Amino acid sequence: MPPGNGGSGVNSGWLPLDWIMLAVAAWGGLGALGILAWRRFFIVSRILFPLGALVGLVLAVLAASALGGGVETAVLAVGLPHLPMHLRLDSLAAFFLIVLGAVGAGVSLFAAGYFRRGEGTPPGLMCAQYHNFLASMAGVLLADDAYAFMVAWECMAMASFFLVTANHKSPEIRQAGFLYLLIAHLGAIAILLCFGVLQAQTGDYTFANLRAQSLPSFWATVAFLLALLGFGAKAGVLPLHVWLPEAHPAAPSPVSALMSGLMLKTALYGLLRVGFDLLHQPQGWWGVLMIALGLATALFGVVFAAVQVDMKRLLAYSSIENIGLAVAGMGLALLFRAHAMPGLAALALTATLYHVASHACFKSLLFVGTGSVLHATGERNLGRLGGLLRKMPWVGWLVLVGVFASAGLPPLSGFVAEWLLLQSFLFTPGLADAFLNMIVPIAAVAIALVAALAGYTMVKFYGVIFLGQPREETLRTAHDAGWWERAGMLWLAAGCVALGLLPTVFIRLIDPVTQQLVGAGLADQAGLYGWWLLTPVTIERASYSPPLFLFGIAAACLLVFWLVRGRYHGHLRRSPPWDCGFAWQTTRMVDTAEGFGQPIRQIFEPFFRVERTLPSPFDIKPVYRSEVSDRFWYALYLPVMRAVEFVARQVGRLQQGRIAIYLLYSFLTLLFMLLMVRR
Amino acid sequence: MSWTAWLSQILAIVLALALAPLLMGWINQCRAWLQGRRAPGIGQPYRLLHKLFHKESVIAEAASPFFRAAPYVVFGCMALACGIVPTLSTELPLSPAADAIALVGLFAVARVFISLAAMDSGTAFGSLGARREMFIGFLAEPALLAVFFTASLISQSTALTSIVENLAHKEFAIYPSLAFAGIAFCCVSFAENARVPVDNPATHLELTMIHEALILEYSGRHLALIEWAAALKLFAYSCLGIALFCPWGIAEAEDPLALLVALPALFGKMAAGGAVLALIETLSAKMRIFRVPEFLATAFLLAVIGMLVHFLLGV
Repeated sequence: MPPGNGGSGVNSGWLPLDWIMLAVAAWGGLGALGILAWRRFFIVSRILFPLGALVGLVLAVLAASALGGGVETAVLAVGLPHLPMHLRLDSLAAFFLIVLGAVGAGVSLFAAGYFRRGEGTPPGLMCAQYHNFLASMAGVLLADDAYAFMVAWECMAMASFFLVTANHKSPEIRQAGFLYLLIAHLGAIAILLCFGVLQAQTGDYTFANLRAQSLPSFWATVAFLLALLGFGAKAGVLPLHVWLPEAHPAAPSPVSALMSGLMLKTALYGLLRVGFDLLHQPQGWWGVLMIALGLATALFGVVFAAVQVDMKRLLAYSSIENIGLAVAGMGLALLFRAHAMPGLAALALTATLYHVASHACFKSLLFVGTGSVLHATGERNLGRLGGLLRKMPWVGWLVLVGVFASAGLPPLSGFVAEWLLLQSFLFTPGLADAFLNMIVPIAAVAIALVAALAGYTMVKFYGVIFLGQPREETLRTAHDAGWWERAGMLWLAAGCVALGLLPTVFIRLIDPVTQQLVGAGLADQAGLYGWWLLTPVTIERASYSPPLFLFGIAAACLLVFWLVRGRYHGHLRRSPPWDCGFAWQTTRMVDTAEGFGQPIRQIFEPFFRVERTLPSPFDIKPVYRSEVSDRFWYALYLPVMRAVEFVARQVGRLQQGRIAIYLLYSFLTLLFMLLMVRR
Repeated sequence: MSWTAWLSQILAIVLALALAPLLMGWINQCRAWLQGRRAPGIGQPYRLLHKLFHKESVIAEAASPFFRAAPYVVFGCMALACGIVPTLSTELPLSPAADAIALVGLFAVARVFISLAAMDSGTAFGSLGARREMFIGFLAEPALLAVFFTASLISQSTALTSIVENLAHKEFAIYPSLAFAGIAFCCVSFAENARVPVDNPATHLELTMIHEALILEYSGRHLALIEWAAALKLFAYSCLGIALFCPWGIAEAEDPLALLVALPALFGKMAAGGAVLALIETLSAKMRIFRVPEFLATAFLLAVIGMLVHFLLGV
């Protein structure tokens, strides 16, 4: 993508958008170089991937400098005749570009150390697809007409499909890839139709034109529902989530990190773009629908995450949960906007965007962490892991940061997002509808339940993988991650900590976005009492100070440590574990992931479709098996699949395999066309 | 913030640290009286802590640094919680650091740390305890938050000091929303503090123990810190209950004299609360672990009903 832009010519006059286009082109270029360096492992992993990380960093800095600096547009000369590609950089796009660049940099650093010689796809091809994936995500964010958007969107889907099927020798992975492609295209069709409705028969598909149209409320609703369907399919909103737990774990870990951490966010970006920017007559019930869908998705995701036994599937379900929370927050913002309450809409939107940034950091961190574990042990099943903290201290401690952020524990990033979300749900005075006024705070309770379950899930995830005793002999030889991988994880973990400790600083970054979308911002109020105290509404109403919080705990810990050591002693003796005096215990007696998920399975039984195989009392080698699967698959997807197969079989009757019959079809078609033309 | 505010802040923390074991001792005393046993003396928890601090700490061979750090972190969390909850006065310099939601987050941090530490040594009981603790935690946490939500919807604030000031100024009457929330809060407190209907602090029977299973591997100073932290947690919950549901007498102005009034009031309410807790523990039996979800779901629904009642009645 050459920066062939009309507005500026000389180097010194380049606008941020030009530089950003250059950075995106650089990603594309790195991909092309990857093709050239087909099997040269060293060049790909030690030069191209680190360069990709650098480009990501530059992109984030450029986007940050452009944030709030007004709208820039460019027209690219590439494209179909009379249909050039329009690009636009506004605050919304810039914010998502920051997330993309910063998190992409961390994942690329990790990827530099992750891909190994002689694994599946040649490294050069991997590199090409990986960087095309990044570049097309940036393209989605920058696109300013439906055509450019769809091209970038499809490139993104294609690149990620090839990345998911990198290990295509395994039939499950091929199947996961197919399912992903199918639902991605269902979504793409819905998005295309949505743009078709939005252009209101003007024939002009630039976003500027779509924005200028004011649709009748029926068509606006149709457009919104199509957007919700299309982007929801990409984001994994119920009931179009089934591809996500199949496809995300199938990909190599850095790619899973990109897909969960970033690609889902482009879908949220699309929802924001259509729901807040292109459609500007929001109706209250859209928001209510999104809140309901979001909360259902979140609860569903977290309950399923809690019973998973595969570590990457667990994280994939947890992504569904987080997307659900973000959609609910977005719905609330839409609801407030429909009721002309910009201040509260800004609060809800800030919470949503904070959640987006935070989830991008911690989910990428957790996914790349599982990648390191997978490399060290070759095992994805939680039931065969354990005790890795001692073998892999770097990975263990860094993943712990991600786990705490993901569990929504203060003072890390997840908690800030959750806190803001709860605040925005709690204070809904003066919504016109008394019923809504009552229901929205109840939704806060649902969010609290989801957050608490997320804590449960994360304790299971971390405890079973990293703590306790190794469950297999092979784990005793596990090795820690290399320096590249550590650097990438360190960067992502630093993101979680920074987002957690400095909310006022980051809210300042989000402010231009909310100003653009709902016409209000939090930046002035949030940091009114200093950078260390977050006061989103007023200080009497709510305040939270992560630095003080951390300082309080740390000071108390150190003081107690010093006092205990000084006043008493520090004697310590190591011995075999006590365990109520039972000396013959083995690692098989410790809770596995199955065991840890059992209470959830019991309490939330209606959610699951459980298949149990129980041994009879006379079995010599008793086998107990219980498999949890998704009801949606059986209630929704299989019937649809059968119906499609049935229709296809009926249509298949047209195929006779004889030329004469096909000629007859052609003749009849021609006749029909002629009739149509005559009329 | 003036010096009196800082004084009351420091006083609140020191008071909590010093008196939390006494509250434990008082409850045990009452329980012994009610059950017709001879009580071990009200200062027994202090003697226990003193003994444990003197003892050498024995830890499992496989235990990682996480295991050793957890007691300090848990203690630190609880000490901070006691600094945030308005015990004597609502003029607390630390209170803007964390509102009611962050306080719940603070308890969650402690819970996650102790659960992970229990899984760390890799014993069967440790992971069993961790599972049960997190299981009760995820049921109790939303219920506790719902209680706070009711209180904060009434006072239009999630800051604990604002809530307490607002509630203290209400005229004396039974408010239906707060009544529902109060019952829910009691249920949650039993669960969170490992008291009888949910957990029995005096048992080591593997089928029933929750909190004890978590801390089975701890000894010496680590165990002392955990026991003290548990006492602090009970103290913090008691203070929360008092502050939310009978806040009268709490000092609001930066006035040393008001503190002098607040102190005996707090003592009186605590003593009464401890006696009631002992009575409930004596009268009720521990329930099966899979009855606990019903118990806590009831608490959760009661708290939600409290919120709804607030909306319907406007009080």
